[in-house]
Amino acid sequence: MRLVRRIAFVAVAMFGFGFAMVPFYNVFCEWTGLNGKVKGEATATGEYRVDASREITLEFITSLNEGMPLAFRAEKSKLKVHPGQYYTVNFYAENLTDRQLTGQAIPSIAPGLFAEYLKKAECFCFSEQKFEPHRERTMPVRFVVDPKIPEEVRDMTLSYTFFDITDRKPN
Amino acid sequence: MSAVTHEDLHDHHDHGPAKGFLRWVFTTNHKDIGTLYLTTALIMFFVGGAMSLVIRAELFQPGLQFVDPGFFNQMTTLHALIMVFGAVMPAFAGLANWMIPIMIGAPDMALPRLNNWSFWLLPFAFALLASTLFMDGGAPAAGWTLYPPLVLQGGNNLPFAIFSIHLLGISSIMAAINIIVTIFNMRAPGMTMMKLPMFVWTWLITAFLLILVMPVFAGAVTMLLTDKFFGTSFFNAAGGGDPVLYQHLFWFFGHPEVYILILPSFGVVSQIIPTFARKPLFGYSSMVYATASIGLLSFVVWAHHQYTVGMPLAGELYFTYATMLIAVPTGVKVFNWVATMWKGAMTFETPMLFAIAFVVLFTFGGFTGLMMSISPADLQYHDTYFIVAHFHYVLVPGAVFALIAATYFWLPKWTGHMYDERLGKLHFWLTAISVNVLFFPQHFSGLAGMPRRIPDYAVQFAEFNAMSSIGAFIFGFSQLIFVYVIIKAIRGGQPATDEVWEGAAEHGLEWQLPSPPPYHSWEVAPLVK
Repeated sequence: MRLVRRIAFVAVAMFGFGFAMVPFYNVFCEWTGLNGKVKGEATATGEYRVDASREITLEFITSLNEGMPLAFRAEKSKLKVHPGQYYTVNFYAENLTDRQLTGQAIPSIAPGLFAEYLKKAECFCFSEQKFEPHRERTMPVRFVVDPKIPEEVRDMTLSYTFFDITDRKPN
Repeated sequence: MSAVTHEDLHDHHDHGPAKGFLRWVFTTNHKDIGTLYLTTALIMFFVGGAMSLVIRAELFQPGLQFVDPGFFNQMTTLHALIMVFGAVMPAFAGLANWMIPIMIGAPDMALPRLNNWSFWLLPFAFALLASTLFMDGGAPAAGWTLYPPLVLQGGNNLPFAIFSIHLLGISSIMAAINIIVTIFNMRAPGMTMMKLPMFVWTWLITAFLLILVMPVFAGAVTMLLTDKFFGTSFFNAAGGGDPVLYQHLFWFFGHPEVYILILPSFGVVSQIIPTFARKPLFGYSSMVYATASIGLLSFVVWAHHQYTVGMPLAGELYFTYATMLIAVPTGVKVFNWVATMWKGAMTFETPMLFAIAFVVLFTFGGFTGLMMSISPADLQYHDTYFIVAHFHYVLVPGAVFALIAATYFWLPKWTGHMYDERLGKLHFWLTAISVNVLFFPQHFSGLAGMPRRIPDYAVQFAEFNAMSSIGAFIFGFSQLIFVYVIIKAIRGGQPATDEVWEGAAEHGLEWQLPSPPPYHSWEVAPLVK
């Protein structure tokens, strides 16, 4: 009977282990930067020394989750930036429906290991966005690439996906 | 070895099974429960097989002929879930129930009532799963891996599939607890751990894998459920979750799961080959350690299923090498089987034919697995028919052949009648040839880039798919011979001797019992020298 109880305990513990992996995964990814996730808050603080000798190509990608009815685009698809200098890029999203929509943009940066060097001062992804019916909104992102970014990085991609959270957050 | 004779055992007729249908509902007898498991598995094998024939009929020609793509996806999903959880796992649980007590000289399983419960959860679990076919929006169609976010976009079939998985999980965990406790506590005097038959050893390790991973899977699908219905964001990026986390949790279960399907097959083959080679198993202790190493390694290689989701270089390298490492203990086993046959006085009855086909074809499937363990190469093979060919080679001529071999091997013991050897051989040759016609061409279509889980394909793949479909139908209908042979042996036939196979009595306690064994066997434990 003792053996039965022990094994049953292991089974229950493994069920808990599955759930324990959720916070563990988040901490692990944050620590290693493996999944390119970035914090939903401003990380750019103060002035950086501008390194005009280097140029990094930033690409912008916009996408919509589960066919959220927005027309979502970036002002430009590419921008060459000098590390240390602040830039502002506008993103545009138009609500294509007759109802109010609430969306949350989730950023992702590739390569994920260098995501921490792309620092934002201002981003529409820091909070949820409301879209009035058939209205277009301009949403700026202000960012700087940390000059400490390793030499080998020449291209980075910043992608935003809009998730429809209208039904999750009743207004 | 044992002092128990035919006559002693025949005195116990008053302990026989109850009469009527309720015998099967209330039974706590390991042989009855084993029979129930095996019968259920055989029925589910045909249900899942019929689904695969829907898939192969649709893929016989390019274009859409018979089913719409949504139903096609439901078929691929249910085929996999039913074959894994409905056919292979219950079949091995049935073999464990029937054979482990009589192989270790125990009168029954340690927890007979729990045993009854773990079986009777299954019909309800499968009823839940099958009921989704008749719902609006149909059955789950996101693949057996149930990846979010796709799986969360399906209809209301999801909770049914998930509760079905919960029940199946509880059932397997209880069966695993029962098996571990039986093996640890109920061995006959003198049956030390290192004298256990290989089948018992492999099941012991399988049972530990089940205990460790089934609950993690149950937890992961529970998170899917709360994500869909209770607004949590475990896997929803909008709420700060990450769908890739599900893949990690799933494959932490999923990789040991594939060893749960194959380790008992190794055990079966390790029983059959020595019997028909008339030699003891070569390298018994290395077999035990190899099985244990495969079990341990299975926990540290899960992300080789996820090379394409994005991983740092160090991760790709680690998972590549760790995965390749599994080939070492597996190679030990294959060489030991070959060495057991070496210079043996071999005969080729049906169980031996299936066992040899297992060794050859499983090894082949293992090699394609090695190809895919190389992460840069895997980017090409990922989600193509190459992976379909790989895992069908290890599961069909692997696990399924081992199950068929086990059935032929122990059928005379179970029924007391020899099966029809001529029909058995016919079944073997039809099966062994058609399984290769079925799966071999899929390597080529996969290498050429045919994606899996899609009902239509480019015309360049037409010939390989036509071949594959013809093989599938021959394979499927050949299995009816198997059912006929089983029924024929149950109904009657040439009486089997106690040891059934020449010299088998040296290879295990089960061959010292009468054929069929009495309802309650080893009431007096045998003494193992």
